[in-house]
This record gives sequence, C-alpha cells and structure tokens, in this order.
Amino acid sequence: MWQRFAPALPANPWNWIAVWRRNFLVWRKVALASILGNLAEPMSSLFGLGFGLGMIIGGVEGTSYISFLAAGMVATSAMVSATFETIYAAYARMQTNCTWEAVLCTPLTLGDIVLGEVAWAASKALLAGTAITIVAVALGYAEWSSIPYALPAIALTGVTFASLAMVVSALAPSHDYFIFYQSLILTPMMYLSGAIFPMSQLPGSFQRIAAFLPLTHSVDLIRPAMLGRPVDSLGLHVGALCIYAAFPFLVSAALLRQRLMR
Amino acid sequence: MSTAAVDLFEVSKSYNDRVVVDALSFTVSPGECFGLLGPNGAGKSTLARLILGVASPDAGKICVLGEPVPTRARLARRGIGVVPQSDNLDLQLTVRENLLVFGRYFAMSATEVKAVTPSLLEFARLENKADARVGQLSGGMKRRLTLARALINDPQLLVLDEPTTGLDPHGRHLIWERLRSLLARGKTILLTTHFMEEAERLCDRLCVLEHGRKIAEGRPHALIEQQIGCQVIEIYGGNPHELLPLVRPQVQRAEVSGETLFCYVRDPEQVRVRLANRTDLRLLQRPPNLEDVFLRLTGREMKD
Repeated sequence: MWQRFAPALPANPWNWIAVWRRNFLVWRKVALASILGNLAEPMSSLFGLGFGLGMIIGGVEGTSYISFLAAGMVATSAMVSATFETIYAAYARMQTNCTWEAVLCTPLTLGDIVLGEVAWAASKALLAGTAITIVAVALGYAEWSSIPYALPAIALTGVTFASLAMVVSALAPSHDYFIFYQSLILTPMMYLSGAIFPMSQLPGSFQRIAAFLPLTHSVDLIRPAMLGRPVDSLGLHVGALCIYAAFPFLVSAALLRQRLMR
Repeated sequence: MSTAAVDLFEVSKSYNDRVVVDALSFTVSPGECFGLLGPNGAGKSTLARLILGVASPDAGKICVLGEPVPTRARLARRGIGVVPQSDNLDLQLTVRENLLVFGRYFAMSATEVKAVTPSLLEFARLENKADARVGQLSGGMKRRLTLARALINDPQLLVLDEPTTGLDPHGRHLIWERLRSLLARGKTILLTTHFMEEAERLCDRLCVLEHGRKIAEGRPHALIEQQIGCQVIEIYGGNPHELLPLVRPQVQRAEVSGETLFCYVRDPEQVRVRLANRTDLRLLQRPPNLEDVFLRLTGREMKD
C-alpha cells in the first residue's frame, strides 16, 4: 500500500526546486505584465472601497476603514493569486501542455511536481501580497515594522490556498469547472472571513462557520501585523493554516496519482 | 537481478475491464534495438508507461536497468531517456532553456548542462536554433529536440514511443539516422511503432502485438522468412473476392484486405500470365515485409 502511494509523495526535500525554477524561468519572460495584471484588481478594490466606503463608514475597530481593508486585501490577493496560479496555470501544465507528463519520465515523482507547483503558486501569492503591503505602508495605512511579520503570514496563506486549489485541479474534468470553486467557495469566503468588514457584523451562526474558514485565519494573522497590534491566538491561526495546507496537499497528491498514473 | 535492460514477465494491465496488456513477457538485451510493433490500440503506449513506472501493472513483474518497477522506478528513470508520442516541450522557452530545465530534473547543475548542450544541439542538428523559441520550430525540429532532451542524462536506455509519427519522410529518415548513431554508441533502444518500415530498418528484434498479446517475436527478417517466405503480388482495381478463385491455383496463400488482394507466390509469373487479359487490374510485385506478417497473423492490415 505504502509503495503504491510513494510516487505521490516528494522523493526528497529538494527535488521540487527544479519544478519551481522551471516555472520561474517561464514567468520571468512575462514578469512585468504578470505583476501588473495581478495587482490591478486588489489595488482598485483597495482604493475604490477604501476611499469610497471609507468616507461613509469612518473608523472600524479603532482604525480608518482603508487601513482595516488593506490587510483584508493583502490576504484576499494572496488567496486569489495562489488559487488562480494553481487552477489555471498549473492545470494547463498538467492537462493541456503535458509538462507534468514530461517530468514524470525523469527521476522526479508526482509528489515533487505537486510540491513544486504549490511552492510556485505560494511564491506568486507572496509577491502579490507583499506588493500591496508595500503600497499600503508607503501610503501610511500600515507600519513599516509590520512587513517582517506580514510576509510569513502571506506566504503561509499562499501555500494553504495553493494546496486547496490543487485538490480542485485534481478533480476538475476541464477548466470550465473552476468557476464553481471561485463563485461558490472563494467569493463567499472573502465576505465571511472579515477581510472586507468585521466578522462581528455577521449573524451568530455565520460567525461560527467563518471561524473555520482558512481565510479568516489569514486575516487574523495579517491584520494585527499590519496595524502593529499583537496577534491573538497566534498558534491557533498558524496551526489551522498548516492543517489546511498539509491535508489537501496529501489528498491532491493521491487524487492526481489516480488521475495521471493509472 | 537480471542483466537485461528491460525484463517483463507475465505483465497484465486493464482499464475498466478492458485488457490492454495481456500476460506479456519479453526481454530487451543491453545494446539492442527492440521494437514493439502493433496497430493503434495494441497496448504499445501503455507498455511504455508501465516500463517507466508511470503506470502500475495489475499483475506480473517488470525490471528495468536492474531496478524493480514501479517500486524503484524513480531510480531506473535516472538511466532512461524518453521520447513521448506527442511532444511535450516547453513552447515558451528557447531550445537551450528546454535542455537546461530538463537537466535540472536529473539534478544536473547549469554548468553540467552547458557542457553537454553543444553536442546535443549538434546531434539534433539544431546548432543554429539554440536561442529560438520552441514554439517557432518545425515539427521535425521539435521531434529532434525531444530526442536531444532525452539524451541530457546520457541514458543507457531510450524509450521511444512512436518517435516518427506525424513527420514527413525527410524528417523520419533524419530521426532514423540519428537513432542508428545512438545504437552505434551502445545505447539500448525500446521503440514502439506502427510503421513496418521503421521496425524493419531499425530493430534487431521485434515483438508484434495485437490487443495487448504477443502474436510473434523475433528478428524482422527471420519473422518474414518464417511467416511468408515467398514473393508478394498486390492486386488492385477489381473486386478482390471475385479475383480470389481465379488466382487460387497459382498462389500459396491469398488474403483480402479492403480493396486489395494479397497473393503470396513462389512463382509470380504464373499469376501474371493468369491475369494477362485483365487490363483493368494493377499488379504490384514486391518482396514480403512485416505488413504481410501482421496480415498473416491477424487477418487484417496494420495500416490505418
């Protein structure tokens, strides 16, 4: 049993780097366009909602609405970047371009490929989240000193959502199915997780659901860091995100083994 | 541990109750070119996947380069180069970058890849295309790059899944010539193909497959001699079923396939004389080949 599952696990702690570097080499050729494309949406949400609604709302939880929203946008953009990289780009590498098929004929295992893809998607999430953090800091909506605390939380958010999206990629018969994940899971999660407005505004039952959502844990890590406040229950949030990263990783690797190594 | 490059024993594989490989055994010796010959759907690509450990057999034993597969396939793959049926190069990257990326999968450093790149480009006749994007290359060039990429780790064994399918005759001949130069360098080649000519030209030994079963095995010329052993006349232009009784007394054996009548004859002249007044027919006399062997063994042509 173990021997059957072994190809779905990383063969060693460094093989995945070759997969990451392959993606980096391809991305480097379109880096500028990719960065602009990835940042335009969260930036326009930040300024549009932040200034527009901020004017009406005034302060939230002891800070300006745009400062409150900035952390939400950082977490959300990390979620969206990691997800899109996995369900669109990695899926194309697996299904359309047969890039994975070529790698499976080398000493790398399927697990090495999946880990490399998750690490790559998390890297893009880190890039997107960091860029927004820097803009927020530069405009005075967050503290400079917050950056070293925010970065690990953004990276962990990226790994978590890349892992979750890998399960979706492993199950999807074609890319048409990804819209369901976006509209039925990601968008509601964004509204429930306290990214855009405080969770205390939600009815009690929704609050209890929201407490389990991975994005809630990301927001609860990133927002205090950016506002220079102490983080409540650091271990709980980090632990929850780690579980949301590790378990789907194993599930996706097992599903992909069935899909690609039949 | 066996000394064979590839050793299959009673290997079976089914997909949803459809048997794709059926209790198949064969051995590929180091340094030989072994062909898996069969029509589409005979199980050739599945066999290639089983040998690489990308798929697991339902039953039987596979050993490749001394490693049990699939359990230790990862180690076996260090010494294998693969040319898949359809190209899976990185189209956005250049020729050189494709080699670099692939070398990394074999734990090669950039310096190590750089050191072997010129000889691989020369081998693939792509010296002038080193910095071209792969998306801009012709089909034949891509195929040659895929072959060069398969050599990045200096493999002992090459697994080539229909390496010339989709190429024009010129491209095909160039690949054949390159493969022969690899055999001369002592590489072992396992080749799947449905081209009779390819199998006849390149392979030291062949395994002819139908529905995942071995229907013949041996040296190409020995197989032809054993199974056919006489001249062939192909007759077109008439109804082959009406022609059959006409020529029957003159031929050793005859087969109808589509609109063609294949006559296997010791003395072709007799058939010509017999059909001399039928100006509507076209007769093609030729030496026997593997296509005839396949037709003899299965009752149908492999061409599709």
